[in-house]
Amino acid sequence: MDKDEHPLAPPGAGELLAEVEAAHTALRTAHRTTPPTATGTGAAGTPHGHGTAPDEAGLRAHFEKVIADDRKIEPRDWMPDAYRRTLVRQIAQHAHSEIVGMQPEANWLTRAPSLARKTILLAKVQDEAGHGLYLYAAAETLGVHRADLLDALHEGRQRYLSFINYPTLTWADTGALAWLTDGAAIVNQVPLCRSSYGPYARAMVRVCKEESFHHRQGFDSLWALTHGTPAQRQMAQEAVDRWWYPALAMFGPPHHASVHSEQSMAWRIKRFTNDELRQRFVDICVPQAELLGLTPPDAHLRWNDDRGHYDFTPPDFDELTRVIKGDGPCNRQRLAHRRRAHDEGAWVREAAAAHAAKHRTPHHGPHPAATTAPATVDEAAADEAAA
Amino acid sequence: MTGPPAPDARRDWPLWEVFVRARRGLAHTHAGSLHAPDAHLALHHARDLYTRRGEGVSLWVVPAAAITATSPDEKDPFFDPAADKPYRHPAFFALPEGAEHL
Repeated sequence: MDKDEHPLAPPGAGELLAEVEAAHTALRTAHRTTPPTATGTGAAGTPHGHGTAPDEAGLRAHFEKVIADDRKIEPRDWMPDAYRRTLVRQIAQHAHSEIVGMQPEANWLTRAPSLARKTILLAKVQDEAGHGLYLYAAAETLGVHRADLLDALHEGRQRYLSFINYPTLTWADTGALAWLTDGAAIVNQVPLCRSSYGPYARAMVRVCKEESFHHRQGFDSLWALTHGTPAQRQMAQEAVDRWWYPALAMFGPPHHASVHSEQSMAWRIKRFTNDELRQRFVDICVPQAELLGLTPPDAHLRWNDDRGHYDFTPPDFDELTRVIKGDGPCNRQRLAHRRRAHDEGAWVREAAAAHAAKHRTPHHGPHPAATTAPATVDEAAADEAAA
Repeated sequence: MTGPPAPDARRDWPLWEVFVRARRGLAHTHAGSLHAPDAHLALHHARDLYTRRGEGVSLWVVPAAAITATSPDEKDPFFDPAADKPYRHPAFFALPEGAEHL
């Protein structure tokens, strides 16, 4: 396609992965003190506040300098309350999305068309649980507790991504969901690997690397269907018809209507506008759809040579608002299922805590060399069992 | 690094920090945190959470509460002793033209 030569040509999935690698490398090499030269003054690092504890203005200035230098804020650094609150909200929403996001595909685990597809889908769903756990851990570094975040989810005080409230009606929906919504998630999340908050950036590097497996297995699943019978091709097309707009809506409201965007971009928690990311996603997706022989359900979708981007019809933002507020096709079902799973797991958590309390002798892990790794049971486990 | 203050133990398991040795010859590196009721399950959870794709050949789990850390950020005078000793780096010394193996 001639647009590949266009200077504004969108990057493909390979380039997105390269961005994750670059962010990972940046994380590993940043902050390294530059060795002083013969003429060095010794002020190799940042200016140090000697002795006296700096006041809030000084702390704020240091915080803003770190952000301006594109370095990372770490958990015990001073940070403005609003920065902390915004991060907790963003990371918790992300973690909840991973956890509740297991449901649409879990519906198909026992009905996958082959053992291979079933094991792949199982691995993907397991990854989503893992992503939720990395993210809850990142949120906890900000001084909140996972149990409280789960309460907020269960009571509807915190949200998860809107697309999860749509049903997976056929097997093809699992493929379309993975190809489109995981593809959108990657476009959204790759820039977060450079978030100004260290623990979040590190978690996102892991998430993005694993997410690309999700994305690709979805594409592969649709590829199999589009190379199958006419009925299978039709099933794939109908699933794409259902998932195209929920995926586009994942990028949120347009920038001018997005309440958190400006400040989050200044803090480098968010690095591109919702509209820029949505455009980037469409630009990546359309050539992939052509390869699959599937057509996104948008009569106005076409390449615009002047802009160097695809023109497309934006999602229905009123629908997005309705679904976020709880009125999507599956909101109540998703949340009820989440609460039930949590309640029905209570006895497992209690039994494990009781077992831990009963065996409070030092435990030696399978790696005897780990002499510096205390593996004794925390006292807190005993309290838990006693409760 | 040590995470939040101890959670309400009745509502969640204690927090553990996980260190992974990616392969022989490398040191264990901090990979992240997790909650587990005891060390044994912490190792199992760490395996499932941080080595699903063969990222490690050895794991350490350490109760987060057992970690002693320096105070919040690099501005702390704790690190000052190193700040004014550039001569500890070989690059501090200018070498005359022609000096080799030095």
